[in-house]
Amino acid sequence: MIDLRSLYQDVILDHSRNPRNSGPLEPHSHSANGNNPLCGDRIRVYVRLANGTIDNIGFEAKGCAISVASASMMTELIKGGGVEEARAIFARFHDVVTRKGDISEAEIEALDKLATLIGVREFPMRIKCATLPWHTMAAALDGVADDVTTE
Amino acid sequence: MTAVNGAYDVDAIRRDFPILGESVYGKTLVYLDNGASAQKPRAVIDSVAHVYEAEYANVHRGVHYMSQKATDAMEAAREKARALINAEHAHEAIFVRGATEGINLVASSWGRANLAPGDEIVLSVMEHHSNIVPWQIVAEQTGAAIRVAPISDEGVLDMDALEALIGPRTRMVAITHVSNALGTVVPVDEVVRLARRVGALVLLDGCQAVPHMAVDVRALDADFYVFSGHKLYGPSGIGVLYGKEALLKAMPPYQGGGEMIESVTFEKTTYAALPFRFEAGTPHIAGAIGLGAAIDYVTGIGFERIAAHEHDVLDYATERLGALNSVRLIGTAPDKAAIVSFNLEDVHPHDVGTILDREGVAVRTGHHCAQPVMDRFDVAATVRASFGLYNTRREVDALVDALGRVQEIFGR
Ligand SMILES: Cc1ncc(COP(=O)(O)O)c(C=O)c1O
Repeated sequence: MIDLRSLYQDVILDHSRNPRNSGPLEPHSHSANGNNPLCGDRIRVYVRLANGTIDNIGFEAKGCAISVASASMMTELIKGGGVEEARAIFARFHDVVTRKGDISEAEIEALDKLATLIGVREFPMRIKCATLPWHTMAAALDGVADDVTTE
Repeated sequence: MTAVNGAYDVDAIRRDFPILGESVYGKTLVYLDNGASAQKPRAVIDSVAHVYEAEYANVHRGVHYMSQKATDAMEAAREKARALINAEHAHEAIFVRGATEGINLVASSWGRANLAPGDEIVLSVMEHHSNIVPWQIVAEQTGAAIRVAPISDEGVLDMDALEALIGPRTRMVAITHVSNALGTVVPVDEVVRLARRVGALVLLDGCQAVPHMAVDVRALDADFYVFSGHKLYGPSGIGVLYGKEALLKAMPPYQGGGEMIESVTFEKTTYAALPFRFEAGTPHIAGAIGLGAAIDYVTGIGFERIAAHEHDVLDYATERLGALNSVRLIGTAPDKAAIVSFNLEDVHPHDVGTILDREGVAVRTGHHCAQPVMDRFDVAATVRASFGLYNTRREVDALVDALGRVQEIFGR
């Protein structure tokens, strides 16, 4: 039971019920669609860039609690920051949730509020739920024309 | 084996399936994902092992003893498949990898030879992707058009709309016998009747029908009928395409290679007779023989008894789930088989699935390879419990209890 609670922490449930920065963002400079064909999760991420800074960000998601919470936290973490910083946070997060071996306290600490999502490490089928919003954000920043998928 | 007359002894049947004794996360496995793939009885497991231990070689090739034995065993399995669906000839039962390959075979071979620009293929909105995409591919290649028959809010095929859609340009009506996402049983005899009026052919996707009811392709007058072995308690990687002899004989080969030829020169190749013309390459020999064992197993119990038992479990599940305020049932047709699809208010199916899994309850969550159905009900996904001949009311209780756990975690 401890393991289910570690996946569905209150912070995650709160973000999934009351997602921050949800809704389309107009005007935006970048956007992308992401979908997970395995479970039908879909997300659209909108970014407004101004001088290399993420001036504003929004998303629309039809997805599970994990993907919506991850998207919500993502917007809080990268809004107002630089593009490179956003990519760096994604890289750290991606590494921690997908790496097979042990992770250190320092790595967890560096994740800030994303640390509540590391429970997905114990649920391999759910890791993609947590990373989908981030892949989609990165695709938006890259200006990738095609939709991204988790596959 | 447990096939006995009289009471349906589900506990004895369960003992035929070794995996049902396994536990997951310390809990007894409650396997309610039979629509995706069914578990295997000891008889099937033993039959596959026996092939490799005692009667294995390539088929239809060697003059030697083992090749003859394997060939005989495989052809005996074909005869069992014929009898299962009451086809006229065993050579009308083509061994394929599964329903997907069967449909692709017909779409590609029959479709490319017979479809012309403006011709129409009629499908229903509740088809599995494997009965949509092959038709889209051949439609693209031939200029044929696809028309889609709608369903009601209960998930019942709209027969009036279907009748209106089937017109003079309709060449093929390809429809599922039982919907994998909703459980709806389609009145396929009526579908065939509508197609006949305009001279169109009918392909029925029997994946979700064959495990649950007796099927008679001659009584249905189906032109093509497909099913997968793994949903019928047999091995994966083997399935059957039934086609009427005259139709199959007139169709060009699907794949070329060994086994499917009569003679090959670089000038001209002539093709083998049915069924081998459509079975290029070395087939899944042990799979076919294992499927034969699975057919023996289910027919030994009897479809009447299987259906009665499964309906009891389905009705009980529908009643118990329907009594939960937070549950929305998706697919409430009066005539259903073995499948209950639903959603919980405010909890995404994927989260439901993860929590049920930790309670030992295996269900499918997602779009069930039937995205148009999901769109029809305006959901991205559903939770689907699908029953087999070994499931019990007790397991439905376990499902409902596990849903209580979901509420605990997601409750406000
Ligand atoms: C109705 C239906 N048709 C076709 C298929 C495809 O079967 P297979 O993957 O065995 O080829 C399935 C399996 O999920 C199904 O349920």
